[in-house]
Amino acid sequence: MANVRMHVLVCGGTGCTSSRSLEIVDALRAEIKAQGLAEEVKVVIAGCFGFCEKGPIVKISPDNTFYVQVTPEDAKEIVAEHIVKGRKVSRLLYVDPKTTEHISDSKHMDFYKKQLRIALRNCGFLDPENIGEYIARDGYMALGKALFEMTPKEVVDEVKKSGLRGRGGGGFPTGLKWEIAASYKADQKYVICNADEGDPGAFMDRSVLEGDPHSIIEAMAICGYAIGASKGVVYIRAEYPLAVERLQKAIVAARETGLLGNNILGSDFSFDIDMYYGAGAFVCGEETALIRSLQSERGEPTSKPPFPAESGFWGKPSNVNNVETFANIPVIFLKGAEWFASIGTAKSKGTKVFALAGKVNNVGLVEVPMGTTLREVIFDIGGGIRNGKKFKAAQTGGPSGGCLTEKFLDTPIDYDNLIAAGSMMGSGGMIVLDEDDCMVNVAKFYLGFTVEESCGKCTPCRVGNKRMLEMLEKISEGKATEKDLGRLRELAGIIKDTSLCGLGQTAPNPVLSTLDNFYDEYLAHVRDKRCPAGKCKSLMQYVIDPAKCKGCTMCAKVCPAGAISGKVKEPHVINQDKCVKCGACFATCKFGAISKR
Amino acid sequence: MINLNIDGKYVKVPKGATILDAAKQLGIEIPTLCHLDLHDLGVVNKAASCRICVVEVKGRRNLAPACATPVTEGMEVHTNTMRVLNARKTVLELLLSDHPKDCLTCAKSGQCDLQDLAERFCLRENRYEGGAQSTYKKDVSPAIARDMDKCIMCRRCETMCNDVQTVGALSGVNRGFNAVVAPAFDMPLEESVCTFCGQCVAVCPTGALVERDYSWQVIEAIADPDKVVVVQTAPAVRAALGECFGMEPGTLVTGKMASALRQMGFNYVFDTDFAADLTIMEEGAELLDRITRFLSGDKSVRLPILTSCCPAWVKFFEHQYPDLLDVPSTAKSPQQMFGAIAKNYLAEKLGIPREKLVVVSVMPCLAKKYECARPEFAVNGNPDVDISITTRELAHLIKRANIDFMSLPEGDFDSPLGESTGAAVIFGTTGGVIEAATRTAVEWLTGKPLDDVNFTALRGLEGCREAKLKVGDLELHIGIAHELGNARKLLDSIRAGTVEPFHAIEIMACPGGCIGGGGQPYHHGEMEIIRKRAQAIYREDEGKTRRKSHENPDIIKLYEEYLGKPLGEKSHHLLHTHYFKRHKI
Repeated sequence: MANVRMHVLVCGGTGCTSSRSLEIVDALRAEIKAQGLAEEVKVVIAGCFGFCEKGPIVKISPDNTFYVQVTPEDAKEIVAEHIVKGRKVSRLLYVDPKTTEHISDSKHMDFYKKQLRIALRNCGFLDPENIGEYIARDGYMALGKALFEMTPKEVVDEVKKSGLRGRGGGGFPTGLKWEIAASYKADQKYVICNADEGDPGAFMDRSVLEGDPHSIIEAMAICGYAIGASKGVVYIRAEYPLAVERLQKAIVAARETGLLGNNILGSDFSFDIDMYYGAGAFVCGEETALIRSLQSERGEPTSKPPFPAESGFWGKPSNVNNVETFANIPVIFLKGAEWFASIGTAKSKGTKVFALAGKVNNVGLVEVPMGTTLREVIFDIGGGIRNGKKFKAAQTGGPSGGCLTEKFLDTPIDYDNLIAAGSMMGSGGMIVLDEDDCMVNVAKFYLGFTVEESCGKCTPCRVGNKRMLEMLEKISEGKATEKDLGRLRELAGIIKDTSLCGLGQTAPNPVLSTLDNFYDEYLAHVRDKRCPAGKCKSLMQYVIDPAKCKGCTMCAKVCPAGAISGKVKEPHVINQDKCVKCGACFATCKFGAISKR
Repeated sequence: MINLNIDGKYVKVPKGATILDAAKQLGIEIPTLCHLDLHDLGVVNKAASCRICVVEVKGRRNLAPACATPVTEGMEVHTNTMRVLNARKTVLELLLSDHPKDCLTCAKSGQCDLQDLAERFCLRENRYEGGAQSTYKKDVSPAIARDMDKCIMCRRCETMCNDVQTVGALSGVNRGFNAVVAPAFDMPLEESVCTFCGQCVAVCPTGALVERDYSWQVIEAIADPDKVVVVQTAPAVRAALGECFGMEPGTLVTGKMASALRQMGFNYVFDTDFAADLTIMEEGAELLDRITRFLSGDKSVRLPILTSCCPAWVKFFEHQYPDLLDVPSTAKSPQQMFGAIAKNYLAEKLGIPREKLVVVSVMPCLAKKYECARPEFAVNGNPDVDISITTRELAHLIKRANIDFMSLPEGDFDSPLGESTGAAVIFGTTGGVIEAATRTAVEWLTGKPLDDVNFTALRGLEGCREAKLKVGDLELHIGIAHELGNARKLLDSIRAGTVEPFHAIEIMACPGGCIGGGGQPYHHGEMEIIRKRAQAIYREDEGKTRRKSHENPDIIKLYEEYLGKPLGEKSHHLLHTHYFKRHKI
């Protein structure tokens, strides 16, 4: 690295890769070579930068120039101008939507200003396939510190002191989990990393694995030392090929470097990691289902107790943490538990990564300190609602979560506040909804997901959620009554009360939270047979305003159902019995004569 | 011991007990559906999946399944609050919303645990009646009929098939609302590794898994004036049939059964026990032959000899141990020996062609239906045993024939295929076949009559047992396994050389042997029923004047008149069989 004067980091996350970022890498390398700079300028495929809205992203260090929405065709100019002549390509810089100023350093962008990156600290800053770069950024120092300066109990205590809670959804105190696993005596114990990220839209775990795989390996080894486990297992989704590949390479590199295997760093501690691929079943994110899947059994949960800490993988004490939880571990040892505990709220320490999506200007991966408000995330970092529409709700916690309305915009986000507000942290999905979103439809979407993903083991989840979904369908078709709303709520409560695992116990949350916060909208569907957002097709009609219709016949021509009739130069009408509500007429009319009702 | 309080009553139970166990001790009957606990037989299904048994536990956020929640010190449980009752009712409504309402024509009607629950909960309407019921194609094999529309995912069958029997034919497939239990790739049961042991049927709480019913064919055969219809009844049937008529489990109904069969119109009422005695003659001779050759240094002899009278066990080793096909005894099962003797010896005696003779067997078993349909047990397409029905089907036939079973006189079996000894009766329970064989083999080996025919060391309900019997200079090492999982354990330990070599091993597929067979009256998870049937079998044995197979006068006559000697040419032809290699998955 001695001769390298400049690094060009290109986002290699799945999103940017789909937008041809690997072609950008090739183009940049070819151009750099052509200029004879291959020795001094290095192109690195980095992990996700988070600002997916503006991807693909190319960042040049050491001057921290952050190019957005780069195409492979831009490579020539970037090399010729920036790398050779030292002049920034201003057309590729981020433009602040408020000031219209060009900003070259990401830390001055609103999207990054309020973020604090702990779990994502290395994503976008290093070559994930180079263990040397991780070590250069203090990688494996935390492991060294744990192995040589601390007893396993001190390691557990440090994690307890940090206040770190599970980032996979449940929010169980991580240190306590480690302590329980450590308390059982067994000839073999396991550290399991849950990389079966499944919430729709959430991709923080994937980004960590793609951008900083060594941090997970290091954290798992620390956990192994703390609880007395010599084996680690990563249960990773097979649909994450890049994450799989990078983690695999990282494990091999760690082994070759002596950071995994027997007598790590010359200590008495031995630890190694195996990878297992999940087939993408959402329920396998539940730890007992995950363990069954690891054992080549049908992925479905088992009754707790016994908890995995007592009887887990192959019946041995096992500690299961998710990727983001592990990603926080090394920093806690490097900077100290007190430092970590100083961030966040009274009962939720550190940061949380959110996958910000939906009707927000800046979609992407956002890491903020616990206690940041929804308003800061959505309006400051996220840049507000798209197209100047009105904020309606933020859905958090994925299929297990709920909707937070305007009144919660200034509530500090932490585990307990979100639960009190009728939602939950979950794994960090945050989908912003605007006035055009129908809340019945939103509930239907999430419930449809859980119905699809239920393992089918217990009755309430297998049949109950299906019945709830049918009721929601009835509501959105205008066939339900107010009595059905009562039944829906009652059934939701019983499913929560009687289901076997977390999936079933939380599946009714989107329904309950929308019923609680948007009851009027439900009422409009069942009482007035009207969908206020105009989303429910059965309850919506396209109509032609005779005063505005010029009789151009365009709408009748595009209608696939032959539902529109009328003479030339005379107002047309839509036969509602034939209309399939495809919206083709609405899109075609040049006179604004067609409206939704 | 753990102290807890259930519904205001204090109770003390051992650590590890569940809330359900503790409640039972207090006489509180928490309803269950998926739960099954025959722990003395190693059969425990703790899926905790139906959620009917939920209870309120103070301090717990949600309701707890009583069947799978271990008790803790000071626990306070409520089993009948409004919250609990409403949850149970809703769960039941949900189950029924995805269940066909054809109780009137369902094979399980009157024996269905789901029906019982609906009755107990006084359901008069279903608030959650829902849309499209999942529909699966029905799968009918020679022995078992599957209707997965009726599956409630209790997983009892899966526990039986995978954990207890280690057959692995059934497992959960599909997800969510479409989840059911099925063979891999939804292949028909007949093409799978299923052994037709019928234990899935024995534990299925609904009509999702039932026997293939052949009772109408029996009625048709009896009604056919051109046919001579004979019936044979297996030993375990007489120890359980009474249960179908409300009699105490363990009541012996041998005589009433014979009377009922005669009244139904069978031309001859015979006994499989006769064929059991015959089995001992052949199998005993084979055992003796192998041991004698072994002791004389013949290295080609395969020991231990494994019994072969259980067709589920036969199919099991054909799939799972195809390299051991020459180890089990070649003797046919009693059912098939009976069929062969009936279709040859008896037909000859009656002066009719075999096609005119219909042999019906009444068995505690579903695999017998499959066994009698095996092609090697037929001559020119005419099977040795034409129809095999279960104890349950017989009970239905008796009821349909307007017979008041309770008031029937004690009848007797017909001659010549009706005479039997106590040794044959005990075939019906685990350890019985090997005890019967031992009684004969020991006398043959020593040439001296036994002082005591009761080999109690061979009895009991433990899954794998072994006993050493001193016979002259020889110490016979005998093994016994019931349930196929235990058979696998035993065979694997023999292979691994971790056990002392055996001379003979008896294997029965079902828990408790044939008394716990898949065709017996449903035990509904009551261990006591199986125990009482076993006691009845031994009672019948004790009441017999002859208790050694080789002393059965009709058997002696059969050899004199027809067969010659055990393992002779005619025996070899009629009474012995061979095995086939079958696919492993």
